[in-house]
Amino acid sequence: MAELAQKGIEPELLLWIGCAGSYDERYKKVTRAFVRLLNLAKVSFAVLGEEEACTGDPARRAGNEFLFQMQATANIQVLNGYKVKKIVTACPHCFNTIKNEYPDLGGKYEVVHHSEFLQQLIQEGRLTMEEETEFKDTKITYHDSCYLGRSNHIYDAPRQLIKFLQADLVEMERNKENGFCCGAGGAQMFKESEKGTKDINIERTEEALETHATIIASACPFCMTMLSDGIKNKDRDEDVKVLDLAELIAKSKNL
Amino acid sequence: MISFQQILFLITILVAGYFFFRRVLQIRKNILMGQDEDRTDQPTKRWKSMLLVAFGQKKMFKKPIPAFLHLLIYIGFIVINIEGIEFFLDGIFGKHRMIARLLQRLDLTIFYSITLNIFEFLALAVILSCVFFLIRRNVYKIKRFDGVEMSRWPKLDANLILIFEIILMFAIMTMNATDQILQERNVVGFPNTGLMIISEIFASPFYRPFNTELVLAIERIAWWAHIIGIFSFAIYVTYSKHLHTFMAFPNTYYSNLEPFGKIKNMPEVTREVNMMLGIAQVESPTNSETVRSLGAKDIKDLSWKNLMDAYTCTECGRCTAQCPANQTGKLLSPRKIMMDTRDRMEELGDLLAKSGKEATDGKSLLGDYISKEEIFACTSCNACVEACPVTIDPLSIILQMRRYMSMEESSAPQEWNAMFSNIETSFSPWKFPPSERFKWADEFTKEN
Repeated sequence: MAELAQKGIEPELLLWIGCAGSYDERYKKVTRAFVRLLNLAKVSFAVLGEEEACTGDPARRAGNEFLFQMQATANIQVLNGYKVKKIVTACPHCFNTIKNEYPDLGGKYEVVHHSEFLQQLIQEGRLTMEEETEFKDTKITYHDSCYLGRSNHIYDAPRQLIKFLQADLVEMERNKENGFCCGAGGAQMFKESEKGTKDINIERTEEALETHATIIASACPFCMTMLSDGIKNKDRDEDVKVLDLAELIAKSKNL
Repeated sequence: MISFQQILFLITILVAGYFFFRRVLQIRKNILMGQDEDRTDQPTKRWKSMLLVAFGQKKMFKKPIPAFLHLLIYIGFIVINIEGIEFFLDGIFGKHRMIARLLQRLDLTIFYSITLNIFEFLALAVILSCVFFLIRRNVYKIKRFDGVEMSRWPKLDANLILIFEIILMFAIMTMNATDQILQERNVVGFPNTGLMIISEIFASPFYRPFNTELVLAIERIAWWAHIIGIFSFAIYVTYSKHLHTFMAFPNTYYSNLEPFGKIKNMPEVTREVNMMLGIAQVESPTNSETVRSLGAKDIKDLSWKNLMDAYTCTECGRCTAQCPANQTGKLLSPRKIMMDTRDRMEELGDLLAKSGKEATDGKSLLGDYISKEEIFACTSCNACVEACPVTIDPLSIILQMRRYMSMEESSAPQEWNAMFSNIETSFSPWKFPPSERFKWADEFTKEN
């Protein structure tokens, strides 16, 4: 972004990578898959690179409002400095925070989640799907991220992407509004869970496995970690894969 | 000439009215212990929410069978109470079925008859629904009606309400059945009501063998039982989970219209952060703002809407049944959060009423009622908020308590403190140097 600003270019879009997309080995792959798709669709976009910082979502949800607002205010200064208008991100937590919580602190942008953005690219014909994708008739189940679903009512875009793959979308028992959390939201990602009878991600993984899907599609870095751990725990990581929607689309186009 | 029954009726009304309004004022006062929060914007949306969710019971219909039976009881409750107008007139003027008498004079008894038959049909529907609910609660033992917070009183309360409703409906049936018998026997003062089918079929055969005096007495007893029943039920409701019948309306009107994912901003923190970052001038706190602690520890720290939520809760447990933490055996139960809030609010309200505005008992909602372990177990997934048929928001209370623990007590779990310091020092919840943030793109540089 800094380089483009020096040249006086204002790109149509800022891609917000998020901490998981930047540092988590698994989610870096998602970032790259999404970037490949953006390149293929000839979307002009920029990234903040080292100027990006945590949105503050986990701090706010763990109750540290000071830290959240420090992060948010600093990020908003950077974003406003570059006159950013539209942001796309592959993290529902960053998406929710920037979209819903930054406006109160002076950061007002159009914020889109990557599932919606990909859906739009395909619908507008900027990305074309193959006649027959490798996922044709593959059983895929989609795990609703709470921060996309209940928090922001994004239920259709992710499912639409799976339909674009001509895959056989099978729903888990608890889906959409009734979707069951992966266990990582509300800053749970960063601590051990309280004492109980079962881990939340195991409960959700079992539900996903009951669908006999061979692919669990997710749209959130935390859900991906939790479900991947879940299928490993169930010794099913050989025959069942957890893949992000962007990875599925990219794979179907051999990217 | 004022009859004994008229005097008794007036006394009953005055006594019931006194206790009822005293309690209503107390509830209002308790809710207003909470902090200010503006929930008056977008009135059109708010009316719509009230009409759909409270009046239309939209969210109940996620479970169609209980929703239908609940709807019958609800319609019965509203429609049958129209008869209260006649009860009231009769009671005040010491007459019997004044409206029936008037309609008879106008040759319009048919309307009275149709209306009363509708009431009777609904009364029967209410009885059947209540019996079904009693069986479901006590025989089938639905899992969500259980839990640590469902101790003796909440369970008893739930059953008492159902039994109360059945008794009230029986009183109506008895009243109508005996009335019809007295009409048959041409007893003076019993105007024609037309045939009241359900009480004729189910209740009249039972009373017909009795002599007229006894039937007259039973009619009076049933009438008084119904009147006193209605009044005592109205008072009982204000102490019970059944308060949702009234509170559902304001509570859905004042519901949260923001996306569920948005956490309420803390402007007092914004001011301080802006000062620290040099964006705003340092200002001394104005006199109008009393300095209060950050987050919530006790009732007065919560917003009035959180407290209204607590009074609206009918303990159905749909929130808890959806809670991922609860369903995997953790202590957290969103229903318990709401019930604890209500119980503590009642306790504090009583204390303040007795010992003055500034009185304290050394207890608090967080700590004495709700444990940290419960608060920490929440994933903020909003399943409880989505599940509530009357738009209660337990998550809001949980998050305010986390704020108190993180900012006032610094008692967040260690791993969270580590996460906080990672964000402070490396701007990421994980401990990676910011210089590595753009490393994911290295592959692209290689490719090019």
